[in-house]
Amino acid sequence: MAAIEISHVSKIFNDKTRNSDVVALDDITVSVARNQFLCLLGPSGCGKSTLLNMIAGFEQPSSGTIAVDGQPVMAPGADRGVVFQHANLMPWLPVWENVAFHLLLSGSQKGERRARAQGFIDMVGLTGFENHYPSELSGGMNQRVGIARALLMNPQVILMDEPFGALDEQTRMDMQTELVRIWQQHQGTIVFVTHGIDEALTLGTHVAVMSARPGRIREIIPIDLPRPRDITSPQFNALKRHILALLRGERAPSPLEVVNQ
Amino acid sequence: MSAIAHIRKLDRTLVPILVLAGWEAFSRSGALPAALLPAPSTVIWAWADWVFGTDGNTQTYSGHWLIDMAASLSRVAAGFAIATLFGVALGVAIGWSRATEIVIEPTLQMLRPIPPVSWIPLAIIWFGIANKPAIFLVFLGAFFPILLNTIHGVKGCDRNLIRAGAMVGGSERKLLRYIVVPAALPSIFAGLRIGIGSAWMLTVTAEMVAVKSGLGYVLWDSYYFLRYDLVLAAMASIGLLGFLSDLAIRMVMARVLHWQRNTTLRGGA
Repeated sequence: MAAIEISHVSKIFNDKTRNSDVVALDDITVSVARNQFLCLLGPSGCGKSTLLNMIAGFEQPSSGTIAVDGQPVMAPGADRGVVFQHANLMPWLPVWENVAFHLLLSGSQKGERRARAQGFIDMVGLTGFENHYPSELSGGMNQRVGIARALLMNPQVILMDEPFGALDEQTRMDMQTELVRIWQQHQGTIVFVTHGIDEALTLGTHVAVMSARPGRIREIIPIDLPRPRDITSPQFNALKRHILALLRGERAPSPLEVVNQ
Repeated sequence: MSAIAHIRKLDRTLVPILVLAGWEAFSRSGALPAALLPAPSTVIWAWADWVFGTDGNTQTYSGHWLIDMAASLSRVAAGFAIATLFGVALGVAIGWSRATEIVIEPTLQMLRPIPPVSWIPLAIIWFGIANKPAIFLVFLGAFFPILLNTIHGVKGCDRNLIRAGAMVGGSERKLLRYIVVPAALPSIFAGLRIGIGSAWMLTVTAEMVAVKSGLGYVLWDSYYFLRYDLVLAAMASIGLLGFLSDLAIRMVMARVLHWQRNTTLRGGA
């Protein structure tokens, strides 16, 4: 059974002030296998974040169905860990409490929470920062906390919405390496939204290239380059050229950009 | 640099000292009859007797200060506690649920512009001359700032934090308890600080009219007996207690909101 089954999903936003409908996603059908690392790649406004939000349960499809592990998605839940574009940590809680936030809400004792958090803090390389507050950490470190928080729930799938978008180039490359390491070590299904071609090709086992107006999947490309991936290799460039050709012509400013925010 | 540091060190005490010295000099100059504007030294003399019973110059109030202070303080504490309880609970309900807001808020917004002191006649006929009307007025005065600031704080809670909470599997009740209320705390504390100021204002007003004890009663009673030194001592006592209760709230706030230390508290008081 596929980890995520998206069948014939459409999303239509109603523009109330203009009384018109905007088709954000049109008849999307994707099947994500267990342990697959799928990157959703597309220009802004192609509905890739909307699709992710619907898998997470934050939004509902206008038509079609989404199932995770055979269960139809009705609402957000701990079986799907989300890593947000901005870490969205609780600023009043120290790092370890944020990592174990799932356990706090499910009523675990402090000692257990602290112990469970430590393993994941070590895994994302934040040992020694357990008692720091989010405001005392850099953007990259906050994202690591967000990743550790999602991993601790031991979810069926992890959904990541441009988690490294706000980071500088160097930090982003470090985080990509880390993420691949964690994914290999942890095993799991990841859906990763990005608008960076290099990022998608560096991370994914598959890249779904999307087009905008209306949002559709153009092609799902399996990436079987060896890891760690060499972003200067001829094979990498060949794939990049292919994706660029797919994306070309999608650059015109889209009315959906407003909707997608 | 050192000159500025010097002024920094001085500036907290400089103005009060100058004011007191000028006032003392003016009172002793005889421009006004001494009884109408008692000098600070006279006020301190009366205050000392009121507090410690030094020479009995305040007659029946000699050594009575602690009891008067405790009477006022207990009214403030009771009214403020009730206002905090209702203000925060109702504020969270209104801020969180649109339905509650539609049902309750218009009524509250109509009651809000009515000055709490205008309730005094009704408070007296409902509760008589005792603690209850004063506590009722304190409640009215502190309730609205706490309520409005709580609503503001709850509504200002970042939607993305709530999403993050829903993602880790929180029920609505848990999201309120672990995300919305903590996120609203800075705003709630702002409401509490405004509320404690109103609380003292209304305690003293109530004691002048509807109660026969407390600092406000001593103040008004001394006015009838032309003891303006005692009036001023009572005013100073109220100012001191108001300052101390605000300080207490600020200390609790600094503890509870210690995670904010790097962002907001440093520049403030």
